[in-house]
Amino acid sequence: MSEKVIIELKGLTKTFGEQQVLKGIDLKFYENEFLTLLGPSGCGKTTTLRIIAGFDDPSSGEVLFDGVDISKIPPYKREVNTVFQKYALFPFLNVYDNVAFGLKIKKTDKKIIEHKVTEVLKLVGLSGFEKRDVSSLSGGQQQRVAIARALVNEPKVLLLDEPLGALDAKLRKEMQIELKKIQKEVGITFIFVTHDQEEALSMSDTVVVMNEGIIQQVGTPEDIYNEPENRFVASFIGESNIIEAVMIKDLLVEFDGIQFDCVDKGFKENEDVEVVIRPEDIDIVKHEDARLKGVVKSIVFKGVHHEIVVETEKRDYLIHTTDYFEPGLEVGLTFGPDDIHVMYRMDWE
Amino acid sequence: MRHFTKLARPYIIWAVAIIIIPLLLIVLYSVTTGGNDLVNIQFTLDNFKKIAEPIYLSVFTKSFRLGVITVVICLLLGYTLAYIISKFSEKAQNILILLVTIPMWINTLLRTYAWISLLSDNGIINTMLNKLGFDSVPMMYTDFAVIIGLVSDLLPFMVIPIHTSLCKIDNSLIEAAMDLGADRFHTFWKVTFKLSIPGVLNGIIMTFLLSISTFVIPKLLGGGQYMLIGNLIENQFISVGDWNFGSAISLLLAAVILIAISLMKRADREDTEEE
Ligand SMILES: Nc1ncnc2c1ncn2[C@@H]1O[C@H](COP(=O)(O)OP(=O)(O)OP(=O)(O)O)[C@@H](O)[C@H]1O
Ligand SMILES: [Mg+2]
Repeated sequence: MSEKVIIELKGLTKTFGEQQVLKGIDLKFYENEFLTLLGPSGCGKTTTLRIIAGFDDPSSGEVLFDGVDISKIPPYKREVNTVFQKYALFPFLNVYDNVAFGLKIKKTDKKIIEHKVTEVLKLVGLSGFEKRDVSSLSGGQQQRVAIARALVNEPKVLLLDEPLGALDAKLRKEMQIELKKIQKEVGITFIFVTHDQEEALSMSDTVVVMNEGIIQQVGTPEDIYNEPENRFVASFIGESNIIEAVMIKDLLVEFDGIQFDCVDKGFKENEDVEVVIRPEDIDIVKHEDARLKGVVKSIVFKGVHHEIVVETEKRDYLIHTTDYFEPGLEVGLTFGPDDIHVMYRMDWE
Repeated sequence: MRHFTKLARPYIIWAVAIIIIPLLLIVLYSVTTGGNDLVNIQFTLDNFKKIAEPIYLSVFTKSFRLGVITVVICLLLGYTLAYIISKFSEKAQNILILLVTIPMWINTLLRTYAWISLLSDNGIINTMLNKLGFDSVPMMYTDFAVIIGLVSDLLPFMVIPIHTSLCKIDNSLIEAAMDLGADRFHTFWKVTFKLSIPGVLNGIIMTFLLSISTFVIPKLLGGGQYMLIGNLIENQFISVGDWNFGSAISLLLAAVILIAISLMKRADREDTEEE
């Protein structure tokens, strides 16, 4: 990932009829970056992508490509290519001709087309499939053709709208790894859309969490997971304990009637905040060894870990641990200062 | 199910009586001589050989030529119309398609008479021309009149199948083409048109069949001397009285139609397989 900005969105809004779908998106995309737009259904991910591709016009705001506003440029003149959610392969063309479509339009020399198509099919692992009918391919193979068809044009940016959405879980995992590999190999910017947080965290350099047409947080997967900026991000990224708290002063936060050391500062004194503690960051200890005490309410085996709910005076805590605790057992809960992530409290919700 | 089959029995008998039996009679007539004289029946292939005589062959070629011209005009007009309609909102499309089909609800005879009152020597068009100081242009009883009649009659049969296949096109394919660098022109020819070919084929076959088998329009707009296959058959049965020869022509035409329909079915099947 380089420092050079390739696409920049400035104050992007989009309104369909009465409904404002994008409410001011400011975002920078860097060269070679694998960036994921992550958010629940209907939050405006596809709309953002379609505006970048040129299929929709923004209601206001700018789309800068290499510093030049491209809002008025038609899709066929933009240096981006799209991998569509349902592949959108041409049913009347075989694999080779589907992939060669863009090059033929540009009147590329036949020899060069042949060379490039062969190369890109090798890249996506479909060598030897040239003459196959696209309808005779499996979902995963069609997906690869769609990726090859876009990549062969050597775009500076590849847009992928939930490209793995139609695949089964196992194939999906395989394709995630493969996509990441392909992106490293071709060295271009991938803008990837998904509503699967695991997929976003495992593949991306940068994750952009969106909700209701607003960017909630931009950061590395680690940032997003460990330092969620608000309740929405914390709860969307994974199961969490989200607790209303008061920031007594820098490095000291109070919740459940107990004051805890933490590593966060920069809040006002006695500011209302929220605290997120990941289930795997909580340790279960002997009853007398902890200030926060409770009773094991339930335990469920999840394959690698147990999912335990401990009922305390104020609330239930969710804990992931490999150890087993009998339901009904009185236990204590501990966590370190850096396991407590303090967030601004959101007014809405 | 069995219950229903029982109920259907009288209808099956009817169907045999009014469809199968006449059909068999036509086959019989076409390979025999002597008309209705079923006592001295003689088998022969002369009726079919007679079709090859230049005078009758010319009727066939004329019919086919006219059919091709009609189809080409219908295709150009119909595709344009279907394409424009497909660009409207769904609601507007329903209304527009309804408008296209309205003429089909009016009797062909009536519509053809409307053309006569427009095209005849003292019809509306010529009256207007005269008023503007031009000479009358004779239009009735020409190829032109017949083609106009046929095209206006058959246009819906071209518009509807093409419109249907245009509607079925997945918009993301159009966007994919644009995404890959195709401008409007290339997107149309490389994607939209390709995907509408099944509709085009259906339209072509339908309008072609209807245009070569019609006899009302050529008779009224082309005049009594205007002879197409349909008129030839009609004449054999009604004025000449050579039922054997008429049957042979009918059978040949039916064969052409059957082949065309099976082609149409195949085009249809390929269309659904693509989805
Ligand atoms: N062409 C359109 N006309 C009207 N409303 C639209 C149009 N396209 C999108 N919308 C609306 O805009 C909102 C955002 O849609 P968008 O497709 O961007 O969501 P998304 O984040 O991609 O969701 P998903 O994960 O379900 O694909 C939705 O409420 C949708 O109904
Ligand atoms: Mg979407």
